[in-house]
Amino acid sequence: MKRLFPAPWLSLALWLLWLVLNVSVSAGHLLMGAALGFLAPLLMRPLRPRPIRIRRPWVVLRLFLLVGRDVLVSNLAVAWGVLNAARRPPRSRFIKVPLDLRDANGLAALSMITTVVPGTVWSELALDRSILLLHVFDLPDEASFIAHFKATYERPLMEIFE
Amino acid sequence: MSPLLSNAILLSLFLLSLAMVLTLWRLFKGPSAQDRVLALDYLYIVAMLMMLVLGIRYASDTYFEAALLIALFGFVGSFALAKFLLRGEVIE
Amino acid sequence: MTGELSMWVEIPVAILLVLSSFFALAGAIGLVRLKDYFQRMHPPALASTLGAWCVALASIIYFSALKSGPVLHAWLIPILLSITVPVTTLLLARAALFRKRMAGDDVPAEVSSRRTD
Repeated sequence: MKRLFPAPWLSLALWLLWLVLNVSVSAGHLLMGAALGFLAPLLMRPLRPRPIRIRRPWVVLRLFLLVGRDVLVSNLAVAWGVLNAARRPPRSRFIKVPLDLRDANGLAALSMITTVVPGTVWSELALDRSILLLHVFDLPDEASFIAHFKATYERPLMEIFE
Repeated sequence: MSPLLSNAILLSLFLLSLAMVLTLWRLFKGPSAQDRVLALDYLYIVAMLMMLVLGIRYASDTYFEAALLIALFGFVGSFALAKFLLRGEVIE
Repeated sequence: MTGELSMWVEIPVAILLVLSSFFALAGAIGLVRLKDYFQRMHPPALASTLGAWCVALASIIYFSALKSGPVLHAWLIPILLSITVPVTTLLLARAALFRKRMAGDDVPAEVSSRRTD
């Protein structure tokens, strides 16, 4: 089972993707999607640096909702900041965030989250993965931002991946 | 289609075209190479949104595939350009 | 195909479309008006997140009502964007840092330099 399906979640996701893309649940598409979900992970296996173990699915769900809420809030904040930029220039700067997360997949997820949320851009990660250089669009208070960043994104990712 | 929805679609297409014109201005003005790549990437995203709006306008599925293709090609193009800016090589 | 849809479908679709194009325009305005390159990296995220979400939701509502059954494939666009956009943005940020350091501009030094040990 493990040899046939090295990444069961990826297989399932590919199968669903195929069905959604074709807007159909006919037998042919069910089979074709299943073939895709079976073959693609086998062919991709040599490329994957290390297997992903996801623990605590409920933490994943909670993180997903939190990120969704933060995307909404910071979208409004950045749009407001852009439209008001002439009157009140945004306080943009780089900050260094000390990281405790070391897992490569977790860091990849963290970089996705920081870039998807408007207002923060992941700029550089130290080679030993201890410090992250982040550019923030409007930063009134560095300490509270870092506390929020670590509590909202980093801790759930550590629970999920480590 | 009621006048409400068709006017909303027209307004939204107008705003998207305006966004494209502004982005083109940044694309031509620069000043640095990474500004141009950023503007090009944004142009792709706005064009993709426009395809989705047009899909609703003409009630057709084909525009969705065009949007998907624009998103994919836009990603590959911007990725290659950004990689080139980083090291001067696309494939190391 | 062009049957009449109820107002309860058309009003949310219209609002979502205008909202999404407004966010795309705000992103473009930011791209033009902000002064610093790293500031300009933030506004494009407006169109690729909330802009794309709104238009995808509008598309789902509209086509589901038109074909009187769930048509969900527009959700693939936000999913695809949330995978691809971070890669491009990250690479552009690194490229900009690299080039600005080479040019001697005022950007932070490499975080993994051997300064402490």
